[in-house]
Amino acid sequence: MELVVNQKHYRLLVDSDRRLLWVLRDELELTGTKYGCGEGQCGACTVLIDGAPLRSCMVRASAVAGKQITTIEGLAQNGKLHPLQEAFIQSDAMQCGYCTPGMIMSGVSLLKKTPQPSEPEIRRALEGNICRCGTYPRIIKAVQMAATMAGGPHA
Amino acid sequence: MPDVELERYELFEAPAHRFQLERRDFFKFLGGGLVLLLALDNSASAQESGRAAAAFRGDARPPELAAWLHIAEDGTVTVYTGKTEVGQNIRTSLAQAVAEELRTPIQSIRLVMADTDLTPYDMGTFGSRTTPLMAPQMKKVGAAAREALIDLAAAKWKIDRSSIAVAAGAVKNNTTGESVGFGELTRGQQLLKTVDTAAVTPPSDWKLQGTSAAKVNALDIVTGAHRYTPDVTRPGMLYGRVLRPPAFNAKLTSFDAKEASAIPDAVIVRDGDFAGAVAPDEATLDKAIAAIKAEWKREPQPSGSELFDYLKKNVEPQRAGGAPGPGNLPGHGDIEQGLRAAAHKLEAAYTVAYIAHVPLEPRSAVAEWTDGKLTVWTGTQRPWGVKSDLVEAFKIPEDRVRVIVPDTGSAYGGKHTGEAAVEAARLAQAANRPVKLIWSREEEFTWAYFRPAGVIEIRSGVSSDGLITAWEFHNYNSGPSAIETPYEIANRAIQFHATASPLRQGSYRGLAATANHFARESHMDDLAAAVAMDPLEFRLKNLKNDRLRAVLQAAAEKFGWATAKSAPGSASSTHGFGLACGVEKGGYVATCAEISIVPAEYLGAEVVPPPPRVKIERVVTAFECGAIVNPEHLKNQIEGSVVMGIGGALFEAVEFSNGRILNPRLSRYRVPRFSDLPVIETVLVDRKDLPSAGAGETPIVGLAPALGNAIFQATGTRIRSLPMTPRGFVKPL
Repeated sequence: MELVVNQKHYRLLVDSDRRLLWVLRDELELTGTKYGCGEGQCGACTVLIDGAPLRSCMVRASAVAGKQITTIEGLAQNGKLHPLQEAFIQSDAMQCGYCTPGMIMSGVSLLKKTPQPSEPEIRRALEGNICRCGTYPRIIKAVQMAATMAGGPHA
Repeated sequence: MPDVELERYELFEAPAHRFQLERRDFFKFLGGGLVLLLALDNSASAQESGRAAAAFRGDARPPELAAWLHIAEDGTVTVYTGKTEVGQNIRTSLAQAVAEELRTPIQSIRLVMADTDLTPYDMGTFGSRTTPLMAPQMKKVGAAAREALIDLAAAKWKIDRSSIAVAAGAVKNNTTGESVGFGELTRGQQLLKTVDTAAVTPPSDWKLQGTSAAKVNALDIVTGAHRYTPDVTRPGMLYGRVLRPPAFNAKLTSFDAKEASAIPDAVIVRDGDFAGAVAPDEATLDKAIAAIKAEWKREPQPSGSELFDYLKKNVEPQRAGGAPGPGNLPGHGDIEQGLRAAAHKLEAAYTVAYIAHVPLEPRSAVAEWTDGKLTVWTGTQRPWGVKSDLVEAFKIPEDRVRVIVPDTGSAYGGKHTGEAAVEAARLAQAANRPVKLIWSREEEFTWAYFRPAGVIEIRSGVSSDGLITAWEFHNYNSGPSAIETPYEIANRAIQFHATASPLRQGSYRGLAATANHFARESHMDDLAAAVAMDPLEFRLKNLKNDRLRAVLQAAAEKFGWATAKSAPGSASSTHGFGLACGVEKGGYVATCAEISIVPAEYLGAEVVPPPPRVKIERVVTAFECGAIVNPEHLKNQIEGSVVMGIGGALFEAVEFSNGRILNPRLSRYRVPRFSDLPVIETVLVDRKDLPSAGAGETPIVGLAPALGNAIFQATGTRIRSLPMTPRGFVKPL
């Protein structure tokens, strides 16, 4: 199958029933996308498919062959962080950081669709992402901060 | 045994070992430069990382070093500590401590943490001990390095030390204005200095400590570049999985792997009751494990429905190695006399369910055997404990095992043991290749250990003017942490009773301090209600401890306790206000909470409408832990404690029956999400005159009782079991 990940084309010889999460992690060594639950409940494995968030633990890699897959590793452009990545650092919006890539991918997708989200909209968009360390208030702040950041390749 | 809390049950399980540690040749692995070794003294911190720790699980050590620091010829400062980073941000706070003493920017400090080949022995990262015990060691070694640099500069410039200053990462000659970098001073040298103490900078003079330095590796986190244990890869690595029994304590009675072994590239392993598979990818693993035909002999075991009865009936005074237990406090006065003097007498029982840590990074390990030497990467809070487990499991000398702990995707007290490490190493040994093993979420929910369940019984009396006259407190199984009351009570008897436990149990953030505070602070409100006193006024009347009074008053003020209850809207019976306070591990906390009772959404699918639910509107936490090291990270820990505490307070519970966990998935075991988030406010009380205490645990203890008290205030219903509203707000029978 052919996968397009972070604008790179990969030709892979893998079983067609393998989940995208494990193909990304184990075949392409893109380990920023995390395993958390395997049932689409925690959001740690969130990637973007043509800009929309998807739980990569739930979907077969073959089902998204040819589509634009974006992982956390593909977010920064030319060494410049996405505003939301920058905002996560500035808001101290992490503790252990294991949920952070999935959280950022869900947030990026929200900001793309809704550039100025309200707080309830942020909560709703991220409800499927778990931060067990409980940094939710800071994550909300980070999304709000990113929304106010002008300029940059993704704004 | 140093003063490790009794209820860290998981630490007492393995047998003892005795090994000799070889003296390290520092310059062999560090290269030239300046090396500062901090020898252990007999202070409390020594128990943590050396001689006194020898008795800990029999892990005997020769006299050891607490910390070491290396300044390379290129000026790089590297500090070595056996502590682990699990999200509490000690990689940042310890770097702050060293940078403070070395008068250098935090960016120039590199921390090597938790690598049993490279860093000093450490008992483990738990008990909120890093800040009070390890940070002072880091500061001493940093201060000693600074003094050594001044010595070098004095010799170089042939001037008196008093004419030399260290600032902004350089050493300066005050007379000539000449300045040299650290590296330049150490160039061409192999200086090894051992010190046992050094004068450190007091909090009043801190420039870097006490400020909100950003998480030092935040960039790696937000770009996905940081490699947690599940992200570690090795050349030729395969993937492993364990065949799990259908229930706890089941024995493997028949094993047929013919079909599984026929799967191309799959390796099937069996060793006693342990069985598993190794394969080149997870899909092949699925097939291999499914193809194994195994039969297990199960034995009947207690179920959740009989849990609290079971705990009361199975008291085992000799549990936990026969230690008398810190929870068995000497009694004071006479309970019966105190009860006779009371105007109101109360008696109540509280229960606490088992809950799971649910670290988002499940237990995992990568194991690699090279020429008989075993290297394991694993997320654990006890690298040397895991090393001991491996030494014992494989009967190999201690110098043939290395455990490396990448900064880990959280732990909360749940990663003190080394199951995944041992399993991965056994599979790697069988496959003769490096093996990565990541526990599934279901395994994490089943084969780790749980926060202990417990029963707490209180008998008390209060005089008509609001003085507590008697206090009898019994805790069954959940643990003795914070079992003592901070209130002034002449007649009191407080006791912890160890019992058998149907499930494997162990440490959890704050240990039993959460359970003991839930019972105590709920009961305090009932006593206040009995004498018709305001809960805040009642507490202050019975409380002398100044530090606790200070946080209680600070929280109440920020929350607006005096006015909140009479504010518009609050007259409605659906809003409630509650508070609670407590002290544990050198941290003083007070929590105020506002809740509302809201109707649950009725989708029509249920036969009867679901009960209303408790919505947490607002939580104010005041916290004092001595001199604050990093205000922003401290606030982050307090907020995180509040959020995590919501789960155990309202809805988290492990359900089990006859040796099986019934809800081992995130879809069946609810943890707090964005929709559960109240408005969270924190008040930091900074005491620069007091030593810093840890802060990752204690802020969690006040939340559950504050919520329970708010529910009581709103509804008149007292809920005495944690979680309080697993299926919504229902009046207890």
